[in-house]
Amino acid sequence: MIEVKDLHKAFGAIKAVDGVGFSARDGQITGLLGPNGAGKTTTLRMLYTLMKPDRGQILVDGIDAAADPLAVRRQLGVLPDARGLYKRLTARENIDYFARLHGLPENELASRREALVKALEMEEIADRRTEGFSQGQRVKTAIARALIHDPRNVILDEPTNGLDVMATRALRQFMLKLKAEGRCVLFSSHIMQEVAALCDRIVVIAHGRVVADETPQALREQTGETNLEDAFVKIIGSEEGLAA
Amino acid sequence: MNAVTANAKRASAFLTVFLKEVRENLRDRRTIITALVTGPLVGPMIFALLLGSMLSRELDKAEQPLHVPVIGAERAPNLIDALKAGGIVPQAAIANPEQAVRRQDTDVVVRIGGNYAESWRKGEPVQVEVIFDSSQRDANTSVERVSRLVEGYARQQGAMRLVARGLSPGTAWPISVARRDQATAQARGVLMFNMLPYFFVITIFLGGMYLAIDLTAGERERQSLEPLFANPVPRWKILAGKLAAICTFSCISLLITLAAFAVLGPFVPVDKLGMELNLGAHFAGTVFLLMLPLVMLIAALQTLVAAFAKSYREAQMYVSLLMFVPIVPSLLMAVFPIKAKAWMYAVPLLGQHLGVMGALRGDGVSLQQVLYCLGGTLAAAVVATLITAHLYRSERLAISG
Repeated sequence: MIEVKDLHKAFGAIKAVDGVGFSARDGQITGLLGPNGAGKTTTLRMLYTLMKPDRGQILVDGIDAAADPLAVRRQLGVLPDARGLYKRLTARENIDYFARLHGLPENELASRREALVKALEMEEIADRRTEGFSQGQRVKTAIARALIHDPRNVILDEPTNGLDVMATRALRQFMLKLKAEGRCVLFSSHIMQEVAALCDRIVVIAHGRVVADETPQALREQTGETNLEDAFVKIIGSEEGLAA
Repeated sequence: MNAVTANAKRASAFLTVFLKEVRENLRDRRTIITALVTGPLVGPMIFALLLGSMLSRELDKAEQPLHVPVIGAERAPNLIDALKAGGIVPQAAIANPEQAVRRQDTDVVVRIGGNYAESWRKGEPVQVEVIFDSSQRDANTSVERVSRLVEGYARQQGAMRLVARGLSPGTAWPISVARRDQATAQARGVLMFNMLPYFFVITIFLGGMYLAIDLTAGERERQSLEPLFANPVPRWKILAGKLAAICTFSCISLLITLAAFAVLGPFVPVDKLGMELNLGAHFAGTVFLLMLPLVMLIAALQTLVAAFAKSYREAQMYVSLLMFVPIVPSLLMAVFPIKAKAWMYAVPLLGQHLGVMGALRGDGVSLQQVLYCLGGTLAAAVVATLITAHLYRSERLAISG
């Protein structure tokens, strides 16, 4: 469970996030939809405590991020916008590194890692050094290391960015699996089809503010549009930065 | 989820970061070659070669016959005989001695004036010119040798004239200077070894340089710093692991250099000049001890500089520039040989310079000097580390875009 209340963050004169609030519930996929530059990545960065909000509150499973950022990070599995791997390490070594940083007990480490390698279908590449990995292979490795500590909440920043159709489909299946396991899945995207296909709840962000927070069905009804694309354009007020 | 087993064995974050950085960098050929081969070995090699050639050149000049063009040799056959007796081989006169000396065609030229023979017979003072270029330090030994021979001959002849007139030669020279050089064999050698401490510092620099750049600027550029900071580990622990990895590589580089000097030392022909060099185990141990806090200081400074840079290349440039800082004390001490005062040992780099020179000189380093050196540099290292840790807490550090 992730609760966000009235977040503000400014970089100099630019208000990147200007009053964002929403909740992402367990057993649901919550989509953060918005055009490029709307403040999605900054919002997520505050969630995983990389940045401190100027104002507002973040609660992850009831823990205040300002009071105990380490505990919050322990509750989160994060696939950030930056998903660089260590290219001189193999995929398994990359995953193990994060497992140990999470303080995963040594006797559980291998079984957790192998379960993820299997679930993400990366047996073929697991012992290769990550230098020269395809975008899809890189994302798989980055997701495996983000989930190695079995987090209850999962944050994915534009997870399908740069992936081909097959890799995108596989990733969507995986997200549905996370949801079925009862986790709270929060992901950002600027692709509406994706959000529409996956989400139980859609939070639309534009110019640093939440402009809608509904189920896909309610969103259609609220705008009076049967087509989701038209509904989004109507909510955001422009077509700028949205991709089909 | 989040199953916690009370007694399960868990890796410490510090150790995890340290081991991962060491392992990853051991797989990087450039880092390995710089830290373990070129960095530590090139220094001793260059040093041994330079010193060897310098020493053998000096020795050659002192022992070998010296060829000197003489203008007007026929006017002073006795002087020429005296020069010959001193190992000088007179050469044919040359047209433009000033230019020849400046062009380094010859080290020194002797010119005997046209009225030499006549004045000599009358017993009047005569002039013998020794033409040289003092900016050619290379020629100093030759010039010295020729001047001494000429002056020696003059004194000998003067003494004979006085005796011929029934006077004691002592009348003309009421004071005689007796030079008694108190420099020990080691101390003489030390003059040439002023650059040695710099070699050690450079080795520490090169040993950790690529790691320092890679672990901060490199990680950010490759976009792996943000996911790393999303782990539930305080940033200072991550920094500590990284610094420890940098220090380890620097220390290994330093140890290799010290071993190389110990091996190469005996091959340097210092004994020919009556010097003695102390490059054995005791010297190595002292140097290593004095350099330890400096290793930490340099690792922190390199990381600090790399964290400021926007890209890997920029970091590389800054860190390379930083490398020129430690040359300052060595240069200072070479140009202005000031007497070492106690407080100087507490100044990072300067303290190490003085300490290493002391150990090399053979008169050793006192306990107080060691403590000053360790304490002063350690304090600086702690400050540099704290500043770096502060910088590591900044939000912008992790963000690559």
